Amino acid sequence: MADFAPADRPNFLARAWDSDIAWSFRHSPLAIVAALVSVLIILAAVLAPWIAPHDPFNPASLNLMDGFTPPMEPNQFTGNLYWLGTDNQGRDVFSTILYGARISLFVGFMAVLFAMVLGITLGLIAGYRGGWIDALLMRVADVQLTFPAILLALLIFGIARGFIPPAMRDAMAIWVLIVAIGLSEWVNYARVVRGATMVEKNKEYVQAARVIGVHPVRILARHILPNVMGPVLVIATIGLALAIIAEATLSFLGVGVPPTQPSLGTLIRIGQGFLFSGEWWILLFPSITLLALALSVNLLGDWLRDALNPRLR
Amino acid sequence: MSMKSLLLPTRGALLTGVAATALVLSGMVATAETIRWARVGDSLTLDPHSQNEGPTHTLAHHIYETLVERELDGSLSPRLATEWGITDEDDTVWYFTIREGVKFHDGSEMTVEDVVFSLDRARTTPSGMAALHAAVEEVTAVDDTTVHVRLSGPAPLYVQNLTNTFIMSKAWAEANGVAIAPNYAAGEEAYSIRNAMGTGPYTLVERDPEVRTVLRVFEDHWDDAPAVTEIIYTPIAEAATRVAALLSGEVDIVQDVPVQDIARLEQTDGIKVMRGPENRNIFFSYDMSSDRLRSSDAAENPFANPLVREAMSLAIDRNAIQQVVMRGESQPSAAPLPPFVNGWTEEMHVFGDPDLARAGELMTEAGYPNGFTVQLDCPNDRYLNDESICQALVGMLARINVNVNLNAQTRSLHFPLIENWETDFYMLGWGVPTFDSQYVFDFLVHSREGSYGSFNGSRYSNADLDAKIESLATMTDLEARDAVIAEIWEEVINERIFLNVHNQVLAYAMREGVTLDVHPENQPRMTTVTFD
Amino acid sequence: MIAFILRRLAQSVLVMLTVALVAFALFRFVGDPIASMVGQETTLAERAELREALGLNDPFLIQFWNFILRAVQGDFGISYRLQQPVMELILSRLPATLELALVSGVMAFVFGVGFGVYTALNRGGWISGTVMTTSLIGVSLPTFLIGILLIWVFAVELQWLPSFGRGETVYIGNWWRTGLLTESGRASLILPAITLGLYQMTLIMRLVRAEMLEVLRTDYIKFARARGLSNRAVHFGHALKNTLVPVITITGLQMGSIIAFSIITETVFQWPGVGALFINSVRFVDVPVMAAYLMLIALVFVVINLIVDLLYYAVDPRLRVDRANARH
Repeated sequence: MADFAPADRPNFLARAWDSDIAWSFRHSPLAIVAALVSVLIILAAVLAPWIAPHDPFNPASLNLMDGFTPPMEPNQFTGNLYWLGTDNQGRDVFSTILYGARISLFVGFMAVLFAMVLGITLGLIAGYRGGWIDALLMRVADVQLTFPAILLALLIFGIARGFIPPAMRDAMAIWVLIVAIGLSEWVNYARVVRGATMVEKNKEYVQAARVIGVHPVRILARHILPNVMGPVLVIATIGLALAIIAEATLSFLGVGVPPTQPSLGTLIRIGQGFLFSGEWWILLFPSITLLALALSVNLLGDWLRDALNPRLR
Repeated sequence: MSMKSLLLPTRGALLTGVAATALVLSGMVATAETIRWARVGDSLTLDPHSQNEGPTHTLAHHIYETLVERELDGSLSPRLATEWGITDEDDTVWYFTIREGVKFHDGSEMTVEDVVFSLDRARTTPSGMAALHAAVEEVTAVDDTTVHVRLSGPAPLYVQNLTNTFIMSKAWAEANGVAIAPNYAAGEEAYSIRNAMGTGPYTLVERDPEVRTVLRVFEDHWDDAPAVTEIIYTPIAEAATRVAALLSGEVDIVQDVPVQDIARLEQTDGIKVMRGPENRNIFFSYDMSSDRLRSSDAAENPFANPLVREAMSLAIDRNAIQQVVMRGESQPSAAPLPPFVNGWTEEMHVFGDPDLARAGELMTEAGYPNGFTVQLDCPNDRYLNDESICQALVGMLARINVNVNLNAQTRSLHFPLIENWETDFYMLGWGVPTFDSQYVFDFLVHSREGSYGSFNGSRYSNADLDAKIESLATMTDLEARDAVIAEIWEEVINERIFLNVHNQVLAYAMREGVTLDVHPENQPRMTTVTFD
Repeated sequence: MIAFILRRLAQSVLVMLTVALVAFALFRFVGDPIASMVGQETTLAERAELREALGLNDPFLIQFWNFILRAVQGDFGISYRLQQPVMELILSRLPATLELALVSGVMAFVFGVGFGVYTALNRGGWISGTVMTTSLIGVSLPTFLIGILLIWVFAVELQWLPSFGRGETVYIGNWWRTGLLTESGRASLILPAITLGLYQMTLIMRLVRAEMLEVLRTDYIKFARARGLSNRAVHFGHALKNTLVPVITITGLQMGSIIAFSIITETVFQWPGVGALFINSVRFVDVPVMAAYLMLIALVFVVINLIVDLLYYAVDPRLRVDRANARH
């Protein structure tokens, strides 16, 4: 993310290349492979509309008779050929995976972003102000932990169903997922940031800044936030993998994105129904994609955790 | 096939060893007379009158008995009643001759008093069976073997309503404080919910709701002893787990087999599949009366336009749904009722090939050359592949520019939409337990008033038709009655109130050596199981 | 000390109240309980009557107040669906879930600590690398898929282990139904326990590894080595011992999530525990059961939290309320 070089600093790339992190990265083959796989899947997902051979989200383009075509074999009725076969609705599995990964990644990134912003903000407030706000926020965090993502999502879907007009539900489903998953993850960020803030705020330079009347927001942003970016980044990376898995699990329980616009999780839910019936490709390919994505993101998070911990180097 | 066999290697070879490996799972090996029976859900209650619901009745039929029995072909046969009919003196009174020498599980003799008690209990709210006996005014015992049921008017088909009304012991019910059917709102549990004592072929041994129910054969039963002497009934909600349980030899019969697994199971050594048509058909319907649709961008209600309804019927490809979504396991039909039912005709069933060109012309003619958007509400856990059928319809309608948002959800959320008129376009499946068209008209066609039309989500209202439907209830001349039924159907089909898809076909999978025929109401009896 | 305990207790009660409010309030919107309770053929008038009788027409706050009053006495009403007192229902299903949670917790702990210690001591070795990477596969696949794959391999193809349920169970005392005392009961436990414990095992393994590496760098260990203690004594007598306090804390705190996450495992394996009861209740909008379940989970969490807090307080008064850093 932070690797992109601003144009006005030509030596940035060189400096980045020489940094400790980059050094560690260059010497970790696993991290390189993981990064490659992640980037590949993310790119494929982002570029899905241009590289996918079909648009599985356009129902008018589907031919039901193409359903259950095995990979690399022509369909028995239509004679059409698909690399990875088709699912029960005649959707090209390859295209569906690309579009599905797009949705899964979107949900994942947005949920992480939501959790991060919420968690950091609340963590900073709790750590900096302390007192009853801190106690309240930490109790809220306790309540929050009582409701794991699944329960929370079931609850949020419950409310959403009550308040969102039916016509908008499909469009809103994805946001409901994001909020549900994001809400269940913010505590981790808040805890780390709160802890770091409590330590930092008593240090002399922060005290000094306070005395000369620097605005608290500025203190937090300039002095405290940079100190916690490492752990936050680690949590975020692992959180991304968690969010993608959580989305899949929720789809399994039937509270996910609409089946006409499936995510990777929805595809796996659909595919697991065909585990015994012989249409293995409907389950296998989306599962492999999900595994590859979550695994490589997890590996990156792992590596990042070690790389950012100077004592482990 | 080549790659398939790579991933799912030779199950046949593996399963030939079932018998041997099953021995390893000690304690799970069945004796020849035990049947381990799995289906998707459990009976809701053991109380014989509390709920009018399929799986509940299915289990109850093993412990309790009814006056008359529905045969596989739809006809009625004697059970606890040996004879029945309308009395000569009064056409509003039905008589039932009660079988003699029938014993309850506690050894007591069944009497006419028990029959009168049970029919009264069944028709008294909060019994779930009350609606089927709404016309009953009085039940009396006229002698030691005869019971009279007096109705508010002539009711030529009343006996058809009795196939799920069970007879229980008056003494037992009173001793256990369940003389009336338990009410959900009672705020206390009732003895009859998890205890049962009837005259049926099996006695209750163990009841753990949603986990396991064990029944053992009743030695003093009046009928021939069944081959199955013990039933272990296990609900397994997850489809994959259910199929796995059969494949691994942990259950003998699986009642709700996912369509996609039927072919595979048939090819598996040691497993066979029985199939047969169900008395249930699956259709779509739409709000054709409101001025505007709640989920549509169209200024007027497009479904109110007969041309649009015709276009939709030309766009749906029933054969494709049958071949791909249902894997051949359905009977595509344009008739919105199953062939078992009185009033069904061959002509109603017929449908042509889809004709997208003509459908497009009709849409243009109707003023929707660019189509419209609408939401389709669909259950995802009620009918065979319900969600997939809806998804397929979305694709088919997209070709005539009808842009459908699919809202698939669990049945407890879906059905209220229809009952509360909160849906524009929906899927519904309808079984006809009375085997007569009147049942369909009462619930789906008659305007919504009183107990009529509670599932009439189309808001269709036709005073003429309503009058005809009401007249059916008391017509004793069955030929004239059939003629009225035919008239009503003609109107319903011309109006295209229903966009019918197919009749469901049921499949039961079982281990080789066991045979259980498919029951058209999906209420199989373990008494009919035979062993090779 | 007493003031601290009281304050903590008060906070716990507040947490419970909030959970109760959330649980009760939100589930009232999930669907219409009446529709799931009656058959398709029930008339609208009968439905309205039932609605009134169940108190579903009362103002929301009154419904909630009545709920709290009864909940305090352990009375969560009657399940709409199973028509059985909710408390009795939950107590009858609880042993199944607790046994599953306990076995997978122990499994996760033993293997987690074992692998964690091994990978910490053999950092850089290829076995460690393999263990670390494969353990990540476990957390990179959704639980339901792992469960189904395990069923496919071990129940259907290999036919080694049962695919569903608890097998034979026997009663201990009046109500605790155990599967641990029968052979089929133990066999039935294996696949669900693996499915449920995999995630926690990975978590514990990583934690142990990190803590071990941390401790091994401390002066304390360096001194121990300098004193000439054997590697074995250093690793297990000193390093691991120091690691275990946070690990046991985390494992304890995780027990709550294990119980909550058993929803999915129980669904896949048709395990007759409270998780399966809950998800079935959600499907049928069985409000009393759903509310009671959430309260139960909340109670488990709150009690564990409270115990951990008190332990920390007892062990090290300086930590007082602030244990946030200790548990990340």
